[in-house]
Order: sequence, then structure tokens, then C-alpha cells
Amino acid sequence: MAKEYKTIGEIAGPLIFVEKTEPVGYNELVNVTLADGSVKRGQVLDTSKDIVVVQVFEGTGGLNKDSGVRFTGETIKLPVSSELLGRILSGSGEPLDGGPRIVPEDRWEITGAAINPYSRKPPEEFIQTGISTIDGMNTLVRGQKLPIFSGSGLPHNEIALQIARQAKVLGAEEEFAVVFAAMGITSEEAQHFMYDFERTGALERAVVFTNLADDPAVERLITPRLALTAAEYLAYECEMHVLVILTDMTNYCEALRQMGAAREEVPGRRGYPGYMYTDLASLYERAGVIKGKKGSVTQFSILSMPGDDITHPIPDLSGYITEGQIVISRELHMKGIYPPINVLPSLSRLMNSGIGSKRTREDHKAVSDQLYAGYAEGLDLRGLVAIVGKEALSERDRKFLEFADLFEDRFVRQGMEEDRDIETTLDLGWELLATLSESQLTRIDNKYIEKYHPAHRNKNKKTVESSTE
Amino acid sequence: MEVKGEIYRISGPVVTALNINARMYDVVKVGDEGLMGEVIGIKGEKTIIQVYEDTSGVKPGEPVIDTGMPLSVELGPGLLKSIYDGIQRPLPVLKEKMGDFIQRGVSASGLDHNKQWEFKPVVKKGDKLKGGKIIGTVQETENILHRILLPPNVSGVVDEINEGMFTVDDVIGRLSDGTELKLMHYWPVRHPRPVKNKLRPTIPLITGQRIFDGLFPLAKGGTAAIPGPFGSGKTVMQQQLAKWSDAEIVVYIGCGERGNEMADVLNEFPELEDPKTGRPLMERTVLIANTSNMPVAAREASVYTGITIAEYYRDMGYDVSLMADSTSRWAEAMREISSRLEEMPGEEGYPAYLAAKLAEFYERAGRAKTLCEDEGSVTVIGAVSPPGGDFSEPVTQNTLRIVKVFWALDAKLAQRRHFPAINWLTSYSLYGRTLDEWYTKNVSTEWTKLRSNTMNLLQREAELQDIVQLVGSDALPDDQQLTLEIARMVREYFLQQNAYHDVDSYCPMINQYKMLKAILTWGEKAVLALESGASVTNIIALESRDMLAKVRFEKDIDVVLDTVMKKADEEFAAQTHRGK
Ligand SMILES: Nc1ncnc2c1ncn2[C@@H]1O[C@H](COP(=O)(O)OP(=O)(O)OP(=O)(O)O)[C@@H](O)[C@H]1O
Ligand SMILES: [Mg+2]
Repeated sequence: MAKEYKTIGEIAGPLIFVEKTEPVGYNELVNVTLADGSVKRGQVLDTSKDIVVVQVFEGTGGLNKDSGVRFTGETIKLPVSSELLGRILSGSGEPLDGGPRIVPEDRWEITGAAINPYSRKPPEEFIQTGISTIDGMNTLVRGQKLPIFSGSGLPHNEIALQIARQAKVLGAEEEFAVVFAAMGITSEEAQHFMYDFERTGALERAVVFTNLADDPAVERLITPRLALTAAEYLAYECEMHVLVILTDMTNYCEALRQMGAAREEVPGRRGYPGYMYTDLASLYERAGVIKGKKGSVTQFSILSMPGDDITHPIPDLSGYITEGQIVISRELHMKGIYPPINVLPSLSRLMNSGIGSKRTREDHKAVSDQLYAGYAEGLDLRGLVAIVGKEALSERDRKFLEFADLFEDRFVRQGMEEDRDIETTLDLGWELLATLSESQLTRIDNKYIEKYHPAHRNKNKKTVESSTE
Repeated sequence: MEVKGEIYRISGPVVTALNINARMYDVVKVGDEGLMGEVIGIKGEKTIIQVYEDTSGVKPGEPVIDTGMPLSVELGPGLLKSIYDGIQRPLPVLKEKMGDFIQRGVSASGLDHNKQWEFKPVVKKGDKLKGGKIIGTVQETENILHRILLPPNVSGVVDEINEGMFTVDDVIGRLSDGTELKLMHYWPVRHPRPVKNKLRPTIPLITGQRIFDGLFPLAKGGTAAIPGPFGSGKTVMQQQLAKWSDAEIVVYIGCGERGNEMADVLNEFPELEDPKTGRPLMERTVLIANTSNMPVAAREASVYTGITIAEYYRDMGYDVSLMADSTSRWAEAMREISSRLEEMPGEEGYPAYLAAKLAEFYERAGRAKTLCEDEGSVTVIGAVSPPGGDFSEPVTQNTLRIVKVFWALDAKLAQRRHFPAINWLTSYSLYGRTLDEWYTKNVSTEWTKLRSNTMNLLQREAELQDIVQLVGSDALPDDQQLTLEIARMVREYFLQQNAYHDVDSYCPMINQYKMLKAILTWGEKAVLALESGASVTNIIALESRDMLAKVRFEKDIDVVLDTVMKKADEEFAAQTHRGK
């Protein structure tokens, strides 16, 4: 048993400063025993011969200078096992579901080592989510990290759940799992997720970590790391395809800021620590596919943009790390459109490797590009009409204006239980593009126009019919 | 001589040691596992070290050993086709030694020390050699002849030199003072390799990207920055440059960016052909991948590792281009280390020496006469990732003060999928004039005129657009409406270029000229037609216009352009008749 010190010199926020210790390792796990016998966990942030700085995950409430500090001599580990599936754990990994303790098959460090870039296999397997704006224009692939940028009061949870329910890789029956990490969300939101998981039977294939709004903020710093460690175990040891949902990353970043302030660090932009990019990368980069391994980790994190501002450091730094983003629009939501995904600022960077003739359909990229261009043009004109009136528009411009409306109403809008396959999505795209004049379809190769454009399709069909007569 | 000290303090990647008397920038081995680090500060008794590997579990009191050597790279045959981390450890070797995840405490040398190379000397006994002189050659890849250089700081008379198969460790000869000659030598990464003198950059780096070569050209040996918010196309453009630019050697540094992007390059480059030689691109490429989740101190070092390798090939007389994606992550690594050192922060927490470090780095670019009287160049293209896409932040601003070409990425263009999303109004190249002569001689005497006409047209469009925003396009007179339409053609048919289209991805310089000329000629004809009474609506509905739109997807554009322009002549003639 490690030696117990009663040499806390100072307590500041979530930090304690311990003096006169034997050499203590950087990042070591620390147990702090309170007067009432309860134990809190912490981690070494800075260590020297004179003083050791420890951050306490469950908060420093109830601690005093007499609390006992034990350095465990090892870094924080998660007991991992395939029996994690179906379990609900706290934000620091303790069972919350009244079930037995997890009997570990192994214990894995929660910081997770970086995947050697040479070992990575570029993600390329198309995941069909059944949502047109995603599948058609911001395609998700297995092993990708694609966050939802949302705002308070917007239906990001519904969208995340719809994706979790509908996501599938076409033509593949493989083992999958969902790892869900809640960071600082309300218990009502958490209930909402749990209810849906139970309703659809997804819970059996899920591991849930919950740190709620009233749980200590510092704990949020380890919750996603526990979740990702569980995910990596299931993916790389148990050969499952794991979808990780992290919500809400904004709460995680707030905890990070709080920690930085407690350590009196020089803050970066808007008070967030200068190393937030690196810290977030240590989470987001834990998605991927490894050559020669069967499983994969796909990440779908949710973050709410403070003040709906996409340039705020939290969405900004996330966007610089993740492979795209799905942006939820308050304006579309107010118009009563679900899912209110604004495709213009949305992006999937791995889309190109997941689509095309072998994966979805040969015209996919062209249709997507043309829909983008058309919608962007339509929105510009909407802005213009507000100033100069519809009459000042040319015939061509009026078509684009109508196209934007149609696009929102038919392509973006769909039901919460509506699962559109990729063919349906692309055909719907063509149907809308057909309202524009053919010469405006500059992003599309003629050969696709001839093959897929409704006008030609019908013609093609007719010639086929007449030739069979 | 080994000096052993001990660790006093550990704070993330920064370790403080006592009782060693190391010099600044010496490499040290830290802790029981001998983690690699570098001295970055000396304060009284204390030596401050940045450690290139994760420091979890390292304790005060563990040993620190000074190697007495500065951080260096191994330079010799076998660099090409490699993929390294920030401190030149080959990633395939790390994978072999420690599996799919990067563990620590593993060392691996930059070059393969077992592989034998066929060496052919070009000097003989009795030759008097100065530093940097070529002593022989090794065929490194099919198309790249590796010139074995005498290290710049060594000189003397050849006493012995042998031909044959050698490893990089074998002695291939001797100087009369006993100095052993080998296929490789070490060079400290933070020291620029010397050249005889720098030359004026007068030759463009042809990139096959129309907006670059056409409007904002970069010179071989020049410097360029690509700033832009996330998702605007920095990486895609850097990769396009790595793929298609007419440099002979490419050094690509993934500095604090995504693992999947590096995997992508690794996957794609061996498959893609160099348009000049028809050989796989990988054979002329060195990759450095220190992704965002790999240790930050090694990220800081990665740009120096990269530029030193680039300079080495320059010294052989090659044109090298180096891409650093992203220099902002490098600056952030400096900031992170600096804040752990509790240095006085400058703007936005960056260290006060940020500007100096950036300047020193870009200064290592250039076209030069090498020590062996050859000509070589290092072109540097740095991506910049400004927070919130705001170009007024310190890294962008300090970079712009140094570089000569500014390719500004624009979120608005990216959102409407106008790629490359380079803003043609705010971007600039200060090489334009210097390169005119080359373009006139090698492309066409009309080229400079064509370019300035294009720029004027785009400028004019912007002015007209301002008016349209107030009154709508229908309120404009016909000739101005036509100007807008022609400008649109330049934007959509010429400036836009799809990196993912087989043909469009790379556009040879001569085709760029022909396309631009065709579009502007069509525009001139349209203006004439309008003057002789044709209507704007009819003109823009002409089939030849739609045909021009698709020229960029054609491989053999001569035939296509010929057809298009003939068609245009017929159509305009018909229009003019009808008008009258
Ligand atoms: N020239 C191009 N042709 C086609 N698509 C492009 C082009 N440039 C960029 N794109 C599209 O934009 C996406 C984002 O580009 P990229 O990854 O290069 O952005 P970035 O500026 O490097 O972002 P970050 O700073 O987050 O790394 C790409 O995935 C691709 O879909
Ligand atoms: Mg990038």
C-alpha cells in the first residue's frame, strides 16, 4: 500500500498542493481520503522535489489540510471487458446501474496512445444515416470524426439519436456498439437518450458514461477519455464497429477553462487555455480505422456553440481537428424544418473517399456539388430580393430563388423516423435540379445528365419501352 | 563525455534538471526510460528541457544524461519515400517496434543502416575538396540521383575513395587528414545549411493549379502562405502542390494536423504519377507526420527536421518544395512550451520571439548557388490556421510580413463550393513582375496581357456586384450585364478547379493559357455581338458558352477548343444577323 501523506500545503479550486513527498510521477493517479473515510480521485499535474500539484476529479469540497493523500504509482486506467456492453457508469467509471463491478479482462490507460499514422487505414466505408443532407451532401464514413455544431434549444439530440438508430453500412452484417458519454448535460436530456436506447433495444449494445450537470466539472475531463478507452477496447480487441457519441463538448471545454484558471495559466483566446487545440485533438484523433484490425471507432460529438457563434474557440478549434461538421441552423428550426441542417457551412471531408460508383453512385459527387452551388446562389438572391424586390430579378435568378425554397422544403426536411436510402436521396436531388435549366448544371458531366436527369431518364425509359415493343 | 544529472521537476513536456552542464539545444536522455529531449533554457542551476515523448510516470530524481550533440538529422540515401515523425523516426520502424499505437522510449534512426547502396565516386585521390562538394552518386530512386556531399564543414584532400556497395555506415573513403567519408552525415536541424550565395527567384514553380500559375504565381525558391479558416481548403491545396508542382523533390510536413490526412497521402502518393517523369510521386517525396495528438515538442521540431532535409536536396542541385501544414500548430507548440516555461507572453499568449522564429524559418527558403557551384532551390509554402478565420491574429500577420505570395482562402467561397476557395481580390503575388519574362518566353508573348485583362475584369465585376447588391442585376445596362457574365465564366470555367477530378486536378501551363485565351476571346466576340444588336439573354444562352464550361474536364483540349471556337463564330455570326 502506498504511503499516505498529510502534507497538503494549499487547496485552490480543484487543485491541491502537496509538500514533502517522495518522488511522485507525472500524471500519476492519486487517492485522497477525507475525514469521513470517503475517497476522491485525482491526477498529478506538476511534480517536483518540493511540491506536487494534484487536480481532484470529484472536486475539493470537504477536503482540508488533514486529508490523506496517496500516490498510486500508476496512471489512470479503465478496467475493460466485453461485459461493459449494456452497462451504465458514472463519469468516472463507477457502475450506476446497480449491476456488479466490471470484472476486468485488462486495464487500459485512459489517455490512450496516438495511433501511428502509418498504421491508419483511410476511412472509406459509407455509413448510410438515412438523412438526406448528411448522406447526400456530407457523407459520413466509418472511422470519421464528425461533430454536430448546434445551439441551445436546437434538436441536436434528436438528430444524434436518429443517426444512432438508422446508421448502417450497406450490405454488411457486422458487430457494432455504441459508446455514449454525457458531459454536464441535464438529467432530463440524459433520460431522453436512455429512453430511446431502451425503446430501440440499443442499450444492450451500448456503454454509457454519465457526468451530469450537477456532477463535478473536473470529472468531465476524464469522462470522454474513459468512453474512448472503452470504445478502443471494443473496436480493437472485440472487433466491433463502435459509434461514440460525446455530448456536450462545450461543457468539457468549460471544465478545461476552469482548470486552467485554477492553475493561474496565461489564458489563450476568450480565456480558454492555449493548449485546448492539443487537448481536444487528444480526444478527437482517437477515431479511426487501423490496418489489419476488424473494428473501427467513429465519433459523433455534439457541441453547442455559445451564442450560435461558429468562430467561438470551442467550435473553431473542434472544426480544425474534426473531419468536417454538421451545422444546425436556428433559422431553419424556426421555419419548422426538421432536421434543421444548414448544408452550406456543413462539410464532410472524408465524403470523397466514401462515395462514387463503387460505394454509392457515380453521379453522387456531381449532384452534391450542384445542389450546393444552386442552394448557395438561391440564398444570395433571397438576400437580394429583400432589398430590391423579386421584380428586379432575371428569369434565371427567379428559378434559383425557387430552387432554394424547394431544397429546404423537400430535401432538407424529413421525418424523425424517415430513413431515406441513398438512391432516394440522390433521385430527390435530381428532381429538384430538374427545375433549373439544364445549361445551369455546370458542375455535372453531360454523361450523368443524360443518364440521371429526369427529363432524359423518361426519354431513356421510353426508348427502352419502344424497343421492347 | 556523459554528464549525468537528475530531474527536479516535470510539467507536461517540460522537464527541469539539476546538475548537468549541458549547452543550449543539446539532446538529452530523460528519466529511467531515456526519453529524448532537448535543452531549451538554462536558468542558474536549472536546465530546462523539452521532451519529445510523453512524460507520464516520470519522477523527480530520475537521471538526465547529456549527449553533448545538438538535435540533428541523418542525411544520406534513403530519405526519399520515408515517413517520419517530428524527430526523424521512421513511422514504419516505430510500428514494427511498438505496434499500431505510438509508445515511448523507442529510438529509431532516420536512415536504414542495413541497406546497401551502389556508390560511384566522381572524385579521385589527390583531389582537393571544399565543404559541400559532390564526392559521388547513388541512384536513390528510379529518377533521383542522390549526390553524396562532403559535409559543409569538412574539407581536405582525397586520400582514398572506393566504388561499390555500401551501407550508410561504411567508410567509402578518407581525406588525407584521416577524416572518414561516408554516404551519410549528420546536420543540426536548427542551423541553416550554408550556400555560396542566394539568387534572384526568376523561374516560376508551375503547379498545374490555374489560380496559382495564372494569377498569383510562386517562384522557385520563393515563399507563400495559405491562410484560411477550417475546412476552406488549405490541406487540399498543399497536397495539390505536393502532387503536381514541378519541383524535383517534395518535403511534406503534417505539423499538428490529422492522422487520416497523412494516411491518405501515404495511400495515394505511391499510386499517383509524377506528370514529368511518369514515376510514382512517392519516389520524390519525404513525409513528416507529427499529428495533433503526437507530442507537442516533437511538433515544434518537425518543421526544422523538414527544412533541413529540403536544404540537403537543394545542396545537391535540386528544386525542392516544402509544404508545412500547418505553421499555426507549430506556433502553438512554441506557445505551449513557452507558457510552461512561464515566459513573459506576447500577443495572444504567443512568445515574444514568434515573429523572429517565423522569419528565420522562411529565410531558409530561396534559390541559391550551392557550395558545389550548382543551382538549387527550396520553395516554402506554409498553411496558416487563424482562429475564427480572423487574419488579424499574430501568426497570420507575422507570416504576411515575410512571405511574398499570399493565397487567401475564403470561407464564403468554400461554403458555396467554389474551389479552390482562393479569394482573387485579396490574394497577391509579389513575384508577378519578376516572372513575366519567363512566361513571355515559355508560354506566350500574350500571357502578361491576358493576365492583367483577367485581373481587371474580376476587379470590374466586384465593383458592379456592389451596385447589383443595391439595385438588382436587371437595372444594369446591357454591356455591364455582359461584363458580369464574362467574369462569371472566368470564375467558373477557369478559376474553379476540382482537385478530385482526374483531368481537372492538374492543368498544364500551356492549357491554362489556351483556356483563358478562349474565354476572353469569346468575351470579346460577345461584346461585339452586343454592339451589333444581339441581346444579352441570347448571347449567354449560346451553346458555345456551355461548351466552354466543360473544357476543363477534357484531356485533349486542342480539338475541343477548336470545335468550341468554330461553334462560337457560327453562333455569333447568326446573332449579329438576327440583330440587324
Ligand atoms: N480544390 C478543391 N477541389 C475540390 N474540393 C476541395 C478543394 N479544396 C477544398 N475542397 C473541399 O474542402 C474540404 C476541406 O478542405 P481542407 O481539408 O483542405 O481544409 P483545411 O483548410 O485544410 O481545413 P483545416 O484547417 O481544418 O485542416 C475538402 O475535404 C474538400 O471537400
Ligand atoms: Mg487542413
